[in-house]
Amino acid sequence: MTTLVHQFRFEQKLFWRSREAAVFIFVFPLLLYALLGSVYGNEIDGVPAVDVLLAGLFGYGAANTALAGLAIILVGRRESGVLKRLRATPLRPEIYLGAVLLSTLVTFALQSLALLGLGGLAFDASMPENWLGFAGAIVLGVACFAGIGVGAASVIRSAEGVSAVVNVVVLPMAFLSGSFGPTQDFPAVLQAIADVLPLTYFLRIVNGVYLDGESLFADPTALAIVLAWGVAGGVVALRRFGWMPRER
Amino acid sequence: MPPAIVVSDLRKSYGATDALRGISFEVGEGEVFGLLGPNGAGKTTTVEILEGYRARDGGDASVLGHDPSAAPKALRERIGVVLQHSELSPNLTVRETHELFAGYYAEPRDVDEVIGLVGLAEKRDARVKTLSGGQKRRLDLGVALVGDPDLVFLDEPTTGFDPAARRAAWDMIRALRELGTTILLTTHYLDEAQQLADRVAVLRDGEIVRQGTPAELIGDSGLTEIRYRRAGELVVVETADPTGVLNELTGAALSDGQPLEQLEVRRPTLEDVYLELVGEEDV
Repeated sequence: MTTLVHQFRFEQKLFWRSREAAVFIFVFPLLLYALLGSVYGNEIDGVPAVDVLLAGLFGYGAANTALAGLAIILVGRRESGVLKRLRATPLRPEIYLGAVLLSTLVTFALQSLALLGLGGLAFDASMPENWLGFAGAIVLGVACFAGIGVGAASVIRSAEGVSAVVNVVVLPMAFLSGSFGPTQDFPAVLQAIADVLPLTYFLRIVNGVYLDGESLFADPTALAIVLAWGVAGGVVALRRFGWMPRER
Repeated sequence: MPPAIVVSDLRKSYGATDALRGISFEVGEGEVFGLLGPNGAGKTTTVEILEGYRARDGGDASVLGHDPSAAPKALRERIGVVLQHSELSPNLTVRETHELFAGYYAEPRDVDEVIGLVGLAEKRDARVKTLSGGQKRRLDLGVALVGDPDLVFLDEPTTGFDPAARRAAWDMIRALRELGTTILLTTHYLDEAQQLADRVAVLRDGEIVRQGTPAELIGDSGLTEIRYRRAGELVVVETADPTGVLNELTGAALSDGQPLEQLEVRRPTLEDVYLELVGEEDV
């Protein structure tokens, strides 16, 4: 437990000190919200646009922080030999990973609060109808996308390419799932793709707890799909994750 | 006391390449043992098997009484490693990096004491990314020592150092030895092995071609070289009986009234022995 807290403290220190990561992972979704919130009209399907976008950017933030951010951090550390060096210490891998995940969760929780703060102050956006469900959605989002993120980190080989690879996945996913605006006018083929993406179902759950005051468990199918994606990523990670740099 | 490291008939291959073809050696407690050899001889493979990074394909290995392939926590509490290539987080300071690693061990050394020992006291609050190559290497050493290890692996600890930095590193390693720490050192610098190691194993193509104290290795070759010039021509005599040969040569020279020009008598250095063992073209 002490080691977990120790490692967690350093993870947070490292995250905020690495300015590129902090800007890309923490600030970027807020920036997108500020931009989209300024240009979209009053209402989307009878709901204030700034609320729909807040939920959408919350979902994008989860994917960006936990999937993209985590994969970039882990691949970078593996390829530079940071992880290899850690393997020779008594630090247990599960403690290390636990601290990294906890740090990701805290970062995303802070980002969610910043998003609500920005929405409330700048756009008069609504606050969550179900605060507890909203908090649960933060944990659920990190569980799902961190699972995929660690899985992705296990199969991505190069530290130079990781940032491009994860963004090629995360940005189109966010677009198709409706993070940046409504998708009902999209061509059927794009909607069909969206129907298998975890972010689509995560956003359903987020909309439920944030806008409608529903329980986190109101849509069991969506919940199951989101969790299944996280578990699938975790399984890939368990089978493929390595601590050593790929041979240079 | 049992040896710190026992290796017998250790084998490892990468695909069709045999990196280690059955090597055996022991490192006693408190000893500085040098693995010497050209690049690709198998030094790093050996060390990484003992550090728990790589699985062996055959033979036995024991490190502080543990099987290193299982790399149990109890073993990792007691070893320190300086890898050939590794990085530490660039955005932490020297002191924070030591603190981070100290937190992994049950009984770490005092962080500031370690920073002083590796000569980074003035850089205590500098970010890792601002350190020079030599300072980063000293940080690697500090981090390896912060857990108060009984056994330290140093994989080419001074590669890329300028001569002054190398001397400083040698002094550090000697200081470590004075503290009773067992050290397994790999190097391709002969003078380094000669300066630091109590015993040396020379590795070539995955085999140990010779091992012993540096003095034994030199003694093994036995021959003394006598060089001089006669009428401008260089003459080289290799002999196991330098006293007798010199007596003859100087006696003849004196009676002929022709001094031996540029007379030199030299014992082989470890370098001569090493080059002979590994084949000069490999170096």
